[in-house]
Amino acid sequence: MSFLDIIILIVKALVLALAATTLFAYFTLFERILLARFQHRVGPNRAGYIPLPGGRKLLGGFLQPVADAVKLFFKEDVTPALADKWVYLISPAFATIPALIIWATIPLGCWPVGGDGALPVGGCAPVGGSNFLQLAEISVGILYLLAVTSIGVYGIAIAGWSSNNKYSMLGGVRASAQVISYELALGLAVLGVVMQAESFSTAEIVNRQWGWWFIIPQFLGFIIFLLASTAEVVRAPFDLVEAEQELVGGYNTEFGSMKFALFFMSEYIKLVAMNAIAVTLFLGGWHFPGLYTLAQFVSANAGQWAGNAVFGLLSLGAFLLKVTLLSFLSVWIRATVPRVRYDQLMHLGWKVLLPMALFNVALTAVLNVLIPDNRVLSGVIALVVGALVIVGVAAVNGPRKPPASQVTLVKKSAEVVQ
Amino acid sequence: MNILIMVIFVVLAAFTLAAGVMVVTVKNIIHAALWLIASFFSVAAMYLLMEAEFIAIVQVLVYVGAISILVLFAIMLTRHVTGEGVRQLYKRWWIALIVAAALFGVLIVPTVFNYEWAVQPSGAQISIASTVEIGTAFMREYLLPFEVASVLLLVALIGAIVIAFEERSTRRRVLTLAEEVEQRRQRNESLRLAPTTHASETSE
Repeated sequence: MSFLDIIILIVKALVLALAATTLFAYFTLFERILLARFQHRVGPNRAGYIPLPGGRKLLGGFLQPVADAVKLFFKEDVTPALADKWVYLISPAFATIPALIIWATIPLGCWPVGGDGALPVGGCAPVGGSNFLQLAEISVGILYLLAVTSIGVYGIAIAGWSSNNKYSMLGGVRASAQVISYELALGLAVLGVVMQAESFSTAEIVNRQWGWWFIIPQFLGFIIFLLASTAEVVRAPFDLVEAEQELVGGYNTEFGSMKFALFFMSEYIKLVAMNAIAVTLFLGGWHFPGLYTLAQFVSANAGQWAGNAVFGLLSLGAFLLKVTLLSFLSVWIRATVPRVRYDQLMHLGWKVLLPMALFNVALTAVLNVLIPDNRVLSGVIALVVGALVIVGVAAVNGPRKPPASQVTLVKKSAEVVQ
Repeated sequence: MNILIMVIFVVLAAFTLAAGVMVVTVKNIIHAALWLIASFFSVAAMYLLMEAEFIAIVQVLVYVGAISILVLFAIMLTRHVTGEGVRQLYKRWWIALIVAAALFGVLIVPTVFNYEWAVQPSGAQISIASTVEIGTAFMREYLLPFEVASVLLLVALIGAIVIAFEERSTRRRVLTLAEEVEQRRQRNESLRLAPTTHASETSE
């Protein structure tokens, strides 16, 4: 590796980190506007617009994240007197760094550089070259993703402890318990994909999904992954860590100014990163129908380099489109589903998702051994069995109305006291 | 490049040792846990330096991601320990030091004298412990130890559940608001029935 390669790598890492932060800023706007639409409000529409003739305004509110950032910068930065100074100072960094470095092994697209420079067929594995749109290709990329997600909880746990505040502390303890519980289901759901692709490498997993996205053979795993990842990034409806009614603000109660902004940022970047991982593992990564034909056409008419560039940019676009769709789903869930109770959270994680994930691993193993050659047949069988299992489990564990005799009304008892 | 790797190795090794010393000397127990995490991390970085990616990441996944968070969690739940200055070193710490050093010597000395150290690096690229190799080894050569270890873990798991269940049966249930109101009502009624008992009235 030459000196120039290292500089290119550093620049790529910087660009990726900045892109992730920008993504966060615009994800907040995306979420606020969507939540407003879901709740029949207008949403942020003041800060910045593009004036159109006839007094119409385009993209109202697109500078809102900038305004928010400026506001947060100018707020007073307070450290509680009895806080544990050093731990209090490093905890936002502990939360943010994992959220940023998680992006390193995700293949964001396929732009083959170096080597023979040919267009990729059946996956992005340029001979002698590398994929420009993936920062680091390591052989155990999936384990890296899981490891980084699991260290993300430290930021929250030590932030809660170091603030020296009961509410923060409860938020931190809740977060660690929740993340430990859901990590198992998450890891087992990912294990299904690893078994399907027979590789731990993210690039290889995406390559294996050429024309056959893993959402079909791993449908059960996909649903488990969606639920577990929502809980893993402590997002609604599993956001007990920052339940306002119970904990004031949760683990970040005592944090202000940019420190608060860092926690906020890490949460949202982690959410988008989880969606990106879901896309990589289940929704075919950067694959998109027709992409290869188009790139081949451009390549034949405008040269090899142009073909590769078109393929790279379009595959990046396809990847981002899929991530946006999943992010929309996250906002939709947040707007629709009320927060669960703590016992419901633990019940779902340990008694529902974990057995389901184990079943998924067993199903994948059996199908891969029994029908190793016909991926369509095994995939359809897995899809049908997975859907049946989900319907069955939902029917057994779904919400039930408690019998009226069990309900004791506080009001009735209180009347008797007076 | 070789000198650079040596420098990184020495820095990492020094940091691991320093973090380890901090773990046993720091007064605050949460700080000790955090230093433990730091030393785990630098051990993982050392594995990475030796290009053993899989072991490095498993080190982070298991020790940092799971074990340390459980340690931290357990400390946080035992309230009266946190924050207080806990004395970790006792008067006879040097005896422990000698014992530990002796054990380490027993382990390391035979290795140092019996192992034939390659003076020149062998030209062939040896991949250290790829996932496929580890998987095959577990399922073929080391199947018995692997199964025994998994059975042991299962036993430990069941044991933990049994202990937790016993604890739960002795624990007092947390009352709901309705039940508390009900209790207060009953207490009030009993007070009304026996108004002469002054002691219970003042306690209200």
